[in-house]
Amino acid sequence: MIQEIVTIIVDGLVYSSYLFMVAVGLTVIFGVMKILNVTHGSFYAFGAYLAATLVGIYYETDLPEFGGFLMLFAAAIAVGVFFGIVLERGLLRFLYHRDEHIIVLATFAMFLVLEDVIILIWGVDPYFAYQPMALLGSTEIVGMPFDTYSLTMIGLAVVVGIVLWLGLTRTKWGKLLLAVIYDRELAQTMGINVTVVFLVTFIIGAMLGALGGAYVAPTISVSPGVGVEVIVLAFAVVVIGGMGSIPGAMIGSLVVGLARAAAVHKFPEVELFVIYAIMAAVLAFRPEGLFAPAKARKI
Amino acid sequence: MRTISMQLSGTALALALGASIGLAAGTAGAADSVVMAVPSFLTGAGAPAFGVPSRNGAEIIINAINKGKVPAPYNSKGLAGRQIKAIFYDESGGGTKQVAELRNKVQKQGADLVVGYISSGTCAAIAPVAEELKVFTVLPVCGTPRIFEDIIPNAKYVFRTMMHATADGVAEAHYVKAKMPNVKSYTGINQNYAWGQDSWRDFDLAMKVLMPHTTASDKAQWPKIFAGQYGTEISALMLAKENLVHSSFWGGDLEALIFQGSARGLFRKKTLLFSVAASSIYRLGKKFPLGVIVGARGPYGVYAKNIDTPINNWFRAAYIDRYNTPPTGGAYQFAQGVLAAKYAYDTAASANGGKFPSKDQVVAALTGATFEGVTTTVKMALGNGHQSMTDYMLGKSAWDKENGEPKIVDIMKFKGTCLLPPNGVKGVDWLKGGMKGANC
Repeated sequence: MIQEIVTIIVDGLVYSSYLFMVAVGLTVIFGVMKILNVTHGSFYAFGAYLAATLVGIYYETDLPEFGGFLMLFAAAIAVGVFFGIVLERGLLRFLYHRDEHIIVLATFAMFLVLEDVIILIWGVDPYFAYQPMALLGSTEIVGMPFDTYSLTMIGLAVVVGIVLWLGLTRTKWGKLLLAVIYDRELAQTMGINVTVVFLVTFIIGAMLGALGGAYVAPTISVSPGVGVEVIVLAFAVVVIGGMGSIPGAMIGSLVVGLARAAAVHKFPEVELFVIYAIMAAVLAFRPEGLFAPAKARKI
Repeated sequence: MRTISMQLSGTALALALGASIGLAAGTAGAADSVVMAVPSFLTGAGAPAFGVPSRNGAEIIINAINKGKVPAPYNSKGLAGRQIKAIFYDESGGGTKQVAELRNKVQKQGADLVVGYISSGTCAAIAPVAEELKVFTVLPVCGTPRIFEDIIPNAKYVFRTMMHATADGVAEAHYVKAKMPNVKSYTGINQNYAWGQDSWRDFDLAMKVLMPHTTASDKAQWPKIFAGQYGTEISALMLAKENLVHSSFWGGDLEALIFQGSARGLFRKKTLLFSVAASSIYRLGKKFPLGVIVGARGPYGVYAKNIDTPINNWFRAAYIDRYNTPPTGGAYQFAQGVLAAKYAYDTAASANGGKFPSKDQVVAALTGATFEGVTTTVKMALGNGHQSMTDYMLGKSAWDKENGEPKIVDIMKFKGTCLLPPNGVKGVDWLKGGMKGANC
């Protein structure tokens, strides 16, 4: 009994970490730019592919084995910076004055385009980057072996959450961001360079999406379509937590992750139902999500 | 402004017309050719394990048929003497899209026949439309038994050249009974859609017949297709009291489960029975777990390695030469589907005095026929002559140190008559009725 309860909690935390990693970038971009960025799934997929490629290349060399982990972060940074700049400067900045539905459709179109770009670059064969996971082996908790690599995802999610929270609340840059989130026009009139804020925010959001994919890559077969499922889950978490809220993404991930783990262990046939039942309940009783940032009422 | 707009519209119209005419001229069957549409997954999660190898297998045999290079009895050029013009296209996008694609290929691009489709969902969607369009269609894969049992019970133009999923469940139950007689209970992890549910149901029903003392777990796992993360499910399986785990996972999901399960010792603690894992065995190589039961729904892929026939030896060598890897099950199954078309056209032409046959003569030639596939004799014995029976093999994964590649050991062979119901009987009814008439 104790073993099962602890296993459910650990499984739930691992899955929550995975959800948080993919959802937090989406919520950061929405919070600042008010853009529901469907291309986030592509950031995840590109992060996974580039990480798998770099890890594969790295482990063909004689360099220290643990250096392979650096490849995961290098992939996330490269994808985030490249796509952040290209998409924000090349597409989104022309659409800021348009209706938000147009922007969603534009990001959806880019998502479809980038799915095919992945096939053009990497083909349809799967890529494996299992070495980092194999390197860490397994860890027993109450007699149940867990792969240590997945457990490190919990730590990474906590670090990402803390860094983002500190960055937003304890730095000058974070205060500028909060000002833009609160009122874009007013922030602009106060001299804040909103263009730069938007660009940097989009790069950070893209980097977080890519980090999710890059860090998950060693546990999966990286193949076409990996970004599709993720974007649906990320939306569910963001809706539950409140769009644009980092604590919301964290709580949303925890609620979904733990509830899903309990369902898989006790009532596996309702596993699929659980995530969307929680989302429906939140939408019914608190449509803005559990932790949606307060909105200023403009007169 | 209006003039420019009109000029642009006129130019666009002219280009569109030109393109249409060019397209029609380029793809519609000329008098000396037969247009064959070949859909398979070229994008998405189904592409790497199934779709692309299937397409590649079809392409190799189509090219060889056109040159008359396939060993006897398929060593004449083309289909009834006419060259095959193949249109390879993507099966992704779901049933509605594929129905539109099928209409497009037949009505606009002049496809004379279709050899393709992998997903049960796609086959279920297009089968009635293929009948409506009266297009000769060979389904080389597609697991669902419902095609000829429920969807098109009076089929005329649609055929399936591989056995359906009922054969998997029955063969697996026979294998467990023979090799693991002490099994008391079993559980499963299957994708939560038609294929996963049907696979588990058929295995469970077959186990109830062959090993009635065993019980199925009420906590079998049902993750969403393409979920990718199975840590929680693996924990649940590790905690389960059952030692035998049935899974019909395929493609990226299968490989993710293998990676995540291997890291946690799942394959050391439990015996996994994978219905269709042969599709991934070569690609994973040493990363594929040893000692798991591996299915391929016939003597395809890794099971075909030691089948010494002229066609198999030629096909295997040609595939390895071109793609530098042995052909997977999908490659074999699509090649078998193309050979069915070759057999039908050539046989119909012979019966027609050597003249090119009509469509009705072609489908009549294949109905109820027996022909040689790449690795097995294919008998169109069920579904009123439209559903095939073939040999079936099942065994356990091992590593061939000598050749540095995976191999299968502990192989059991089954006849098709042992695994599928008699003609006119539905698979589920047959299983529930105790598999009467099975000839093992």
